[in-house]
Amino acid sequence: MYQSRLTRRSITKALFATPMILSSRIALAADPVKVGLIFTTSGPFASSGDLMAKAAALFMKHKAPALLSGQKIEIIQRDDGGPNPEVAKRLVQELIVRDRVQFIGGIQWTPNAFAIGPLLTQSKTPCVLMNAGTSSIVRSSPFFARTSHTIWQSCYPLGQWAARNKIGKAYTLVTDFAGGHDAETGFTKGFTEAGGSVVAAVRMPIQNPNFAPLLQRVRDTKPDALFVFHPGGTQTAAFIKTYAEIGLANDGIRLIGPGDLTSDEELPSVGPIAKGIITAHHYSVAGDRPANKEFLALWHQEYGASLRPNYMSVGVWDGMRVIATTIAANKGNGDPDAAMETIKKYRDDNSPRGPISIDPQTRDIVQNEYIREVRIVNGEPYNVELETIPAVKDPWKSFNPA
Amino acid sequence: MQLTVNIGFQALAYASVLYLMAVGLSVTLGLMGFINLAHSVFAMTGGYLAAIACGNYGFPWYAALVAAPVFVGLIAAGIERALYARLYGRDELDQVLFCIGFIFITGALARMAFGPLQRPIALPNELATTISAASFTFSTYKIFVIAIGALTALVVLFSLERTRFGSMVRAAVENRGMAESVGLRTTLIFTCTFAIGGALAAIGGIIGADLFPINPSYAFDTLVYVQIVVAVAGLGTLRGSFISALMIGLIQTVSGYFFPEYGTILLFLAIFLFLFLRPQGLFGRPGVN
Repeated sequence: MYQSRLTRRSITKALFATPMILSSRIALAADPVKVGLIFTTSGPFASSGDLMAKAAALFMKHKAPALLSGQKIEIIQRDDGGPNPEVAKRLVQELIVRDRVQFIGGIQWTPNAFAIGPLLTQSKTPCVLMNAGTSSIVRSSPFFARTSHTIWQSCYPLGQWAARNKIGKAYTLVTDFAGGHDAETGFTKGFTEAGGSVVAAVRMPIQNPNFAPLLQRVRDTKPDALFVFHPGGTQTAAFIKTYAEIGLANDGIRLIGPGDLTSDEELPSVGPIAKGIITAHHYSVAGDRPANKEFLALWHQEYGASLRPNYMSVGVWDGMRVIATTIAANKGNGDPDAAMETIKKYRDDNSPRGPISIDPQTRDIVQNEYIREVRIVNGEPYNVELETIPAVKDPWKSFNPA
Repeated sequence: MQLTVNIGFQALAYASVLYLMAVGLSVTLGLMGFINLAHSVFAMTGGYLAAIACGNYGFPWYAALVAAPVFVGLIAAGIERALYARLYGRDELDQVLFCIGFIFITGALARMAFGPLQRPIALPNELATTISAASFTFSTYKIFVIAIGALTALVVLFSLERTRFGSMVRAAVENRGMAESVGLRTTLIFTCTFAIGGALAAIGGIIGADLFPINPSYAFDTLVYVQIVVAVAGLGTLRGSFISALMIGLIQTVSGYFFPEYGTILLFLAIFLFLFLRPQGLFGRPGVN
């Protein structure tokens, strides 16, 4: 019995593996290059996936034609419905085997990214991560590159900044999942190295709409600052409203965190009570750069004045540029190794978020981090950039060499 | 002392929202034995109506708090007649399947009409302040929430105990067959209570929008909380919901303060143990379905 099962499995394996390797893209230059994009456009997390898909469509319409000079790209967009690794794996397998895409892009969720790593390696398909932010993902396949950010990239410098700025005692409150753990350890390392001390480290469940008792406890502990990371979305407004209501700001307890805490698209629904929150991140719609102004003008012209893009949209915007540039440089020849070499040399001094590049060693993004404060500009809250920490590489990788 | 008051206050505010959202469901379950998982859809509808009326048309918040639930009550009555009534007496799986489908469809409609982001309901300025008494500080808004919750509980209790309609509802809950045979039109009673339940949920949706933000996945976000209020209260009781909501609010708040790292685990563990020892709930009677 055991033997026969083994045989069947190996046959299946052989059947699957062969076409995947042989499917190597023998495409003529005139054929459109197929690019598979995976976003979350249904389910409870659809709002963020929507902002990402919109950015991809915007780039393809306004920027791609000039970069590609005649080479055609065909986008095949798929929906993974949220953090569902098995769905992501199935979709990527279909995109590679059936649709024969040359590139994969998108990928909002860390577990989904880890699930597709082996497929990319096996089929030699380059994949540009446009959101998932856990540091170690890019090590799980040599065909991963990232244009979003890592959580350490913002939290570690924020810890250093906090210790330099009269914050001696911090209380950390993070959502209990991989991203939250990264945020907690990243911030704590930066903060304690620079002389700060963490008085309490609390992890809150991912499904917990009631922040009041958690924040009441923080208030009674009286730290100088509260460091918070949560997955954003609808939790953003609920959290900040409770922060204001419990009166932490009145007690002089400052609220700090990575930019997810005050994500641009949610700020208008939070309103003026968000004022004074300090965050570290790589993108704000309030960033005063010509490339950002141009990006925003196109965005609002396409999607209306009231909808703001966010850092995820910019991760996609730049990720699509990476893919288009690579296709143009290699004339769509479909050689995955050549594509990865081009991606590793990628740099763009005029991204909406400032100068960015891909680090050739780690294939991860190098970008500025900005210390921002929520201020009211023309009656609306914005993340106003105060300080620039230039060209930050992912700190986690320097502390955890491969 | 300070701590006890603060925790008690937060628990009470949380419980008031839970109570409003769930009381209608305990009516539906108790009266018709219909497992209406989609009950929160009415809270969501109320929330969206208020958000649109206040945000886009400058409707005063207080007016929306009265008008939206009335409107939702009418919608609920229509939906009950058109959809729910077809499923009475069908088995539980059919009912649950219908409800989940209904949640998906209304969620998709909300997303189409109002977009994927949450819709804030702006509070009037006088509620967005705090009141200080001695060394305590309270959010005016939460005081208002507690007042509405307590008022609703009183009105529901009074109308059930002291009005003719109340005694008809109680009779129908107690023994539907008997009630019908003495001439009560239980289907009509049910449509009315369903509508009232929907309207109460709408009030909960509006005043609880800070706790449970109005967005297309609202009905799923709140599903578990609304169901546990009813399960703990017990089927076939209409009074238990307030005490059950209070217990859940208290456990949630106390565990959030003292054991934040365990989060909702303590809440669900407590409910698990409670239902294990007392499957009929607080006030439910064994044998009543």
